[in-house]
Amino acid sequence: MANSYDLIVIGAGPGGYIAAIRGAQLGMKVAIVEREHMAGICSNWGCIPTKALLRSAEVYSHMEHAASYGLNAGNYSADITAVVQRSRGIAGQMNNGVQFLMKKNKVDIIWGEAKLTKPGEIVVGKITKKPVEPQHPPPKNTLGEGTYTAKNIIVATGARPRVLPGIEPDSDRIWTYFEAMIPRTMPKSLAIMGSGAIGIEFASFYRTFGVEVTVIELLPQILPVEDAEIAEHVRKRLEKRGIKFLTDAKVTRVDKTATSVTAHIELKGGGTQQITANHLISAVGVQCNTENLGLEGLGVKLERGAIVTDGFGRTNVAGVWAIGDVAGPPMLAHKAEHEAVVTVETIAGLHVHALDKSKVPGCTYCDPQVASVGMTEAKARETGREIKVGKFPFIGNGKAIALGEPEGLVKTIFDAKTGELIGAHLVGAEVTELIQGFVVAMNLETTEEDLIHTIFPHPTLSETMKESVLAAYGRALNV
Amino acid sequence: MPINITMPALSPTMEEGTLAKWHVKEGDTVSSGDVIAEIETDKATMEVEAVDEGKIGKIVVAEGTENVKVNAVIAVLLQDGESADAAPAPTPAPKAAAPEPAPKAEAAATAEAGGLMRENSATQAGAASSSASSSASSSASAKAEAPSNGSDRTFASPLARRLAKDANIEISTIPGSGPHGRVVKADVEAAKSGKGATKAAQAPTPASPGGATLAAGMTKAQVLGLYPEDSYALIPNDGMRKTVAARLTEAKQTVPHFYLTLDCRIDALMEAREQLNAAAAVKDGKPAYKLSVNDFVMKAWAHALIKVPAANATWAGDAILLHKHADVAVAVAVPGGLFTPVVRSCETKSLRQISEEVKDLAGRARNKKLAPHEYQGGSTAVSNLGMFGIKHFAAVINPPHGTILAVGAGEERVYADKGQVKIGQFMTVTLSCDHRSVDGALGAELLAAFKAIVETPIMMLA
Ligand SMILES: Cc1cc2nc3c(=O)[nH]c(=O)nc-3n(C[C@H](O)[C@H](O)[C@H](O)COP(=O)(O)OP(=O)(O)OC[C@H]3O[C@@H](n4cnc5c(N)ncnc54)[C@H](O)[C@@H]3O)c2cc1C
Repeated sequence: MANSYDLIVIGAGPGGYIAAIRGAQLGMKVAIVEREHMAGICSNWGCIPTKALLRSAEVYSHMEHAASYGLNAGNYSADITAVVQRSRGIAGQMNNGVQFLMKKNKVDIIWGEAKLTKPGEIVVGKITKKPVEPQHPPPKNTLGEGTYTAKNIIVATGARPRVLPGIEPDSDRIWTYFEAMIPRTMPKSLAIMGSGAIGIEFASFYRTFGVEVTVIELLPQILPVEDAEIAEHVRKRLEKRGIKFLTDAKVTRVDKTATSVTAHIELKGGGTQQITANHLISAVGVQCNTENLGLEGLGVKLERGAIVTDGFGRTNVAGVWAIGDVAGPPMLAHKAEHEAVVTVETIAGLHVHALDKSKVPGCTYCDPQVASVGMTEAKARETGREIKVGKFPFIGNGKAIALGEPEGLVKTIFDAKTGELIGAHLVGAEVTELIQGFVVAMNLETTEEDLIHTIFPHPTLSETMKESVLAAYGRALNV
Repeated sequence: MPINITMPALSPTMEEGTLAKWHVKEGDTVSSGDVIAEIETDKATMEVEAVDEGKIGKIVVAEGTENVKVNAVIAVLLQDGESADAAPAPTPAPKAAAPEPAPKAEAAATAEAGGLMRENSATQAGAASSSASSSASSSASAKAEAPSNGSDRTFASPLARRLAKDANIEISTIPGSGPHGRVVKADVEAAKSGKGATKAAQAPTPASPGGATLAAGMTKAQVLGLYPEDSYALIPNDGMRKTVAARLTEAKQTVPHFYLTLDCRIDALMEAREQLNAAAAVKDGKPAYKLSVNDFVMKAWAHALIKVPAANATWAGDAILLHKHADVAVAVAVPGGLFTPVVRSCETKSLRQISEEVKDLAGRARNKKLAPHEYQGGSTAVSNLGMFGIKHFAAVINPPHGTILAVGAGEERVYADKGQVKIGQFMTVTLSCDHRSVDGALGAELLAAFKAIVETPIMMLA
């Protein structure tokens, strides 16, 4: 039957398109349904375009500091329109890339809005969601509305900005990440509600170009999921760069004028405060896209807004699987991708281990960068086990000094009894590229011994990783 | 474009198999669903179905070829209007078998998902290959592949090694569930908690858990060297032969056997059998059933096991399983080997049910059409060589069974009764026990219970 597949994936984000490719690799007949943008939030409005923006900020910052490297950058300035254009161009390139990958892997693209009607069947209908502008042109040669069947259906519909009542984004004064990614002019001042990765990345980006930035966080710690010591390090450095932080602070109400927005803030310790800025970025997390998918009709179980799965992508309804943001935290593209592979391989009957959430790294690409995997020190202590903690500062690393990046910290946490690496937390230059060493180590279940016997190249920032391990065992060499 | 038909994987761990038979020849037209070939592994023979329609352009791997690597091209299917010349010319098998060192699992999946297999046969066969390689889990069978490259190195993560050392567990005894059977933390933890299977020694290479190295036996070259070249016919061992050899070597080398023999008087049993068979309704000139002595033995044996539950046991490393039902396997000789399909909950079944079930299982065993779940598990077995006139023999336990009952021929014998010489019908049975789970007295109790039932068959009604 023409409309019948081995596997249908709903949503072409990093979860969905990877699932489609893996399915095709395993010989399945696969279709993917998308209603807005191939490659999903990640490539169009998430990971990639923000990294493009932050790269512009980084280069700008290098020019700012050119003199300290003995260079004269001359007259330099930022053209925000060109910066945004570059970012959009890169997003579009990723989008095209995924279109190409679908074609290469003979995955049919069905353009429209999908809804599960019964196990093994979806109906693709007209698109009711208003696309985010500017929208990348949809792919050519797609299938359209109709009924499609497949033995297995993977829901990978992602997430959207969470909205707080009374502080609804209006695309003008109150922004979400969508508007924050495509400013037409550089604002003078910004208030950012929420200090997770998204909020902090925008704070860092805008601050580099001189915008007055205030970050308002409900919890006592910024980057609340990170290790407390690392978060404190980031806060100090961002404050040094001129970003203001209000923690233990709750936005209760906003007033808007034509050119500004005022956030009324309640402080936990008592007292109130008002912050007025050109725009407020609402970065209070994301909400899963579970609506109008027919999930209720099939009885698919949700918990805290996310589809409940078993580590292999299985929902409580046979034949219906869920991956990526819609299947709950950590809401990260690489988690979505790995979940996709695990799930498709499970469908194919291959022996795989369930996704281990304790081994999913997390990165924030602000300046300074933050990267981590595994338990924070506080979490590790909470488990009651005996731990060993090693710390090594960038100042003890020759490459860091040569780069002009002497501030940074690598912290490693080991189970004292077994030598198992249970957490690694890094802040400083390029740490988002370093963390993977620890992730591989953890995944291969190395102990401190193997890491100590591993040779790290000199001079590299990676030597700080080994020194941190040595430090956990009282053997650091360069401090 | 011509479509390559590849060697399917019957299980995720299968690396190669024998292309037993082609059902088509070059030039034949096939449509999707047609059986085109048979693939044989240790225990299972599976049919390969065509997924697409077309004409068989080329048969690349000849019938009877052994060790065909999973995913190797075995034939080429031509679509409308294509000629055989258009077909890619794969290099000859079985070398062509491994076009790329694709990870095993992936290769398996490709073939599987490619739809060459019947939908359920892949999973069934998955179980088959695990049962074939050892009594341990399927991951253990993946593990067993590691040593085959000539080294007995156990692949384990550093953390797993340290945890195993701390827990005083020999790492090589733990089945690995990581990539390529690598032992990982979770496996050690499972072994520690007794949940994981410990790996039975895979004859002949690895060291046994006790530390003694198992004898490997003479090599093929050593054996051939002893005989003039034209004095024998050399019959290559097929998958089943290899499995039988491995399983029974494992049994004799790792299971401490002991044997108990008893004579059972079976006059009453023969009489009951005659009455029951005479009472069978006749339809189309044929009786509705015909009970054999073995059917009675199966039922009596099941009842005895329920009566002496401590002997209905399976050794499982640091625990013993006491089974709640009597799942009795029955040894069925087939050309080139044997199968032991299992009659589940045998104690609950009527003689007629047992009779029919054994007949069905034996028939399908001979055609190699048993599904793995039909010959896996069970706590004991019955092996009957009475039909050959064998009076007495001792059988090798089929791990993980705890016992096996060897049944000899029923025959008239002279016996002494209160100082008088009499004649009666007797049958000699020998029970082999795994001493780790069934001790001597317990085995004797079990066999005595069996004798009591056989000699007074009406007890089966109780
Ligand atoms: C500003 C920002 C920065 C980020 N930075 C990072 C980062 O640096 N690193 C990182 O790992 N993660 C980052 N993320 C998170 C990352 O983008 C998500 O985790 C990732 O996109 C999740 O992938 P997904 O496939 O689950 O869903 P998505 O990428 O959201 O894709 C879901 C797709 O499903 C489609 N869809 C939804 N409903 C339907 C329907 N009914 N029918 C058809 N199609 C439908 C949507 O149009 C969408 O394309 C960032 C997110 C944001 C917003």
